[in-house]
Amino acid sequence: MVKDILLEIGVEEIPSAYMPKAIADLKDIAEQKLNKARLRYQSINTFGTPRRLTLLVKELDEKQEDALVENRGPKKSAAFDGEGNPSKAGLGFARSQGLDFKELTVREYSGVEYMYAIKKDQGLLSQEVLPSILTDIIQSLSFPKSMRWGYHQFKFARPIRWLTAIYDDQLIELKIENIESVMHTIGHRFLSNGIIELKNVSHYREQLKQNFVILNQQERKEVISRQIKAVAAEVGGEPMDNENLLDEITYLVEYPTAFYGSFNPSYLEVPQEVLTTSMIEHQRYFPVFDKEGKLMPGFIGVNNGTADNLDFVRAGNERVLKARLEDALFFWNEDLKKNWDEVVEKLDSVLFHEKLGSVRKKVSRLQMNTAFIAGQMKGIDYKLADRAAFLCKADLLSNMVYEFPELQGIMGRYYALKAGEKAEICNAIYEHYLPRFAGDELPSSPIGIVLSLAEKIDHLTSFFAIGIKPSGSQDPYALRRQAIGIATIILDKKPGIDLEKSIGKAYDNLADEQLDRSREEVISDVLDFIHQRLRSILQERGYSYDVIDAVFAAPVKDPEEIEQRIQAISNFKKSAMMEDFMVVYNRANNLSKTWESEEVEETVLLEETEIKLLKEIKIVCPQVKASFEMKDYETGLKAIVNLRPFIDAFFDQVMVMSPDPQLKASRLGMLKIIANLCNFAADFSKLV
Amino acid sequence: MNFQEIILNLQEYWGKQGCIIQQPYDVEKGAGTMNPATFLRALGPEPWQVAYVEPSRRPTDGRYGENPNRLQHYYQFQVILKPSPDNVIDLYLESLKQIGINPQEHDIRLVEDNWESPTLGAWGLGWEIWLDGMEITQFTYFQQCGSFDCFPVCAEITYGLERIAMYIQNKESVFDIEWADGITYADVHHQTEVDYSHYNFQFADTAALTAMFNLCEKEALKVAEHDLVQPAYDYVLKCSHLFNLLDARGAISVTERTGYILRVRNLARMVAGKYLEQRKRLGYPLIKDEAMRRQILEVKEA
Repeated sequence: MVKDILLEIGVEEIPSAYMPKAIADLKDIAEQKLNKARLRYQSINTFGTPRRLTLLVKELDEKQEDALVENRGPKKSAAFDGEGNPSKAGLGFARSQGLDFKELTVREYSGVEYMYAIKKDQGLLSQEVLPSILTDIIQSLSFPKSMRWGYHQFKFARPIRWLTAIYDDQLIELKIENIESVMHTIGHRFLSNGIIELKNVSHYREQLKQNFVILNQQERKEVISRQIKAVAAEVGGEPMDNENLLDEITYLVEYPTAFYGSFNPSYLEVPQEVLTTSMIEHQRYFPVFDKEGKLMPGFIGVNNGTADNLDFVRAGNERVLKARLEDALFFWNEDLKKNWDEVVEKLDSVLFHEKLGSVRKKVSRLQMNTAFIAGQMKGIDYKLADRAAFLCKADLLSNMVYEFPELQGIMGRYYALKAGEKAEICNAIYEHYLPRFAGDELPSSPIGIVLSLAEKIDHLTSFFAIGIKPSGSQDPYALRRQAIGIATIILDKKPGIDLEKSIGKAYDNLADEQLDRSREEVISDVLDFIHQRLRSILQERGYSYDVIDAVFAAPVKDPEEIEQRIQAISNFKKSAMMEDFMVVYNRANNLSKTWESEEVEETVLLEETEIKLLKEIKIVCPQVKASFEMKDYETGLKAIVNLRPFIDAFFDQVMVMSPDPQLKASRLGMLKIIANLCNFAADFSKLV
Repeated sequence: MNFQEIILNLQEYWGKQGCIIQQPYDVEKGAGTMNPATFLRALGPEPWQVAYVEPSRRPTDGRYGENPNRLQHYYQFQVILKPSPDNVIDLYLESLKQIGINPQEHDIRLVEDNWESPTLGAWGLGWEIWLDGMEITQFTYFQQCGSFDCFPVCAEITYGLERIAMYIQNKESVFDIEWADGITYADVHHQTEVDYSHYNFQFADTAALTAMFNLCEKEALKVAEHDLVQPAYDYVLKCSHLFNLLDARGAISVTERTGYILRVRNLARMVAGKYLEQRKRLGYPLIKDEAMRRQILEVKEA
């Protein structure tokens, strides 16, 4: 007969951020352990609230499946003595396996005969094995941070306070430290009355609901989502769409009830991002927007309980938010009194990195980088770009960014606007941090693009120069993100800058610092690092890896050009001409691989086909080069295809490896010209 | 309920739960955790239950008495339960009822908060406890203290007395809190807030403070050599407070900051080590169960 299992680990409030992974892990671990124990079941589901992690196994078999266990013992030669009687080793092995020597089997393993003990492992009753399996499951859970409590050494996310373990209608006996399993659960901390006896597994979820616990996280999330929309609709607004916040709240409450609270509209003079950040980060409220998308003077909170005492709860939350917003208003007004030119000088006392000097120094480097990058682009107003570079870090010394570091750049733009700076400067201050995360917006204004590149190139180059680069999962200075930013901006915004020279310039700007690595090493490493990110970006964009490999093998460093080539070759690869092209390429490349020279002595050529091939090369070669020059790779590749009939005829008639060294050199020279032409664009041998 | 009644009720409640009601420690400090009744007693195998009010100083938080929510001197009510009892959260929630907060009528939530004090080499896991969205208490299970593992683990409950009073009395400003009948928090502390803000931000002599820090550090080291644990710890506390004063004056650069923190942490670790040795020498007198006491002493010797 099949039966259900319930395991509930009752805990003090687990951090919400741990929960999604803990719930998934609990399922995976339970699957592994049950499978390993040869226990069949119909399904496994796991759930979590702040106070419990629950495992429900449906229709578990009554007993483990039987199995054959094969254990390899000594070699046959060692298992018998000279007279063909069992040796000590042979008898010992049989004894250790609980078998008679005669019961052992001989089998071959890697060409040698061994003694094997083949035993039937009789499956045990589920009831007998479940205690150790469930204990093992609990002990296998891990969290970002774990702790000990009381007199115990066992570690868990937060203290375990009860364990419910039931097999259909029977207690499964477990013990973790001083906690012994029970046949009851516990409801909502404040709304339910203590212990809820469970007669069997099937009562569990219903009992919890009656005791103000919505067990299923998905259901809780949907309830919250519905409620906040309904509450917002009542005041004619919409809640901010914020999946992270919704997830977090789902794991902060067992029985959600959303409510609306308001604040004085006078606080709306503070920038919107400050208000929403304060609501979300400090208080876990949903900001509400009106139909025009304007922030409303209110918020939606989610109570962990019923609607019974909502007035108390609302009033309390309104007071707390008021104090927060009062602080924000104070910071905002204080910051507006600042003279930002003076603030920039104060960045001298803010350390960027102990080996790289102060943030003020970084600002100077940014100004130099900006000028260099702007010089490579058309139509950049140098003065504005320089001013933006000068001001872009000033907000690090504002009260607001001290309070909310994630508002860097956003506040900088507001302060610059309020200080009367030109709009281009203000936008560039905001944009220079873009993109901040995968999928974030890119800088779009010309100065924003320049400053963003200047910032990121300085960041990467300076850390590489002092020997810091990411390894494995270690990337404390977010260098990968910077490299991805550089690659994405170059691909999508096409600023047309020389990356290699810009890195070199960024290195030269570090002349004051004690650097650990040479200019050449740093340039090559930084380029390489950006190329690695570029590769994965291009793969994510759907280019096939062989084309990507082929182009990366060619001598090309500029990301924009790399993508152009990859695009052209991807298209060309799909065209009908590809086959002809590959014939030309292979025939030319295979023989000339180890040949260096492109020199051809026209006068030594004898055969008609080789003279014709040379003539055609002289026509095609400049065409291809001109196309490549204009970055029109497809036209260039098509022109190479014209060589097909000539190269075929050449190979039909001519033996390249002529005994006459002069003749051989000229023939190989021709092939080398063709091969080099192809290899300039990409290493086509990597295509599959 | 006025301010002093809140304190009296908490003391009465925790006293009944078996806590010693100690008094504030007489050296300036940033939080109740730094009181030796927490910092030192959290270490080692001996059980310990204590509750006390702690006046705490955070020079950088001064606002010249103008901000309704910020003070450079305020009060914490601190409870240490070592080892942490299994029903510690229920005990805490019951204490709220004693000061007129019925958990059934409010949204009380335990929100993750991992506490760490780099200067004390201490950390623990726990929560901020929210009352209708307001943090009223910090709850921490100490895992390390003075860079030593805590075993058994203690639970630290730190009530923010002013916040709780503002809530209970429905006041918008901390200065409006009724301390006793007819006497407000402002009557008791407003002028000192103004004066200390001036001192902390403008008048504190940074050269003198720096010299004092160096002297106190030396003194701590010297006193510790003679195994005088708490006298040495006094100077660690003084270093910590002097560091905070220098910080408020903006006299410490980011680079120097790490150095200062490290110096205080090293002192704290040294004193913690001395304390552990001393308790062992004394034979862990706070373990009243004789069999257990012997057992632990033997294990530690083995």
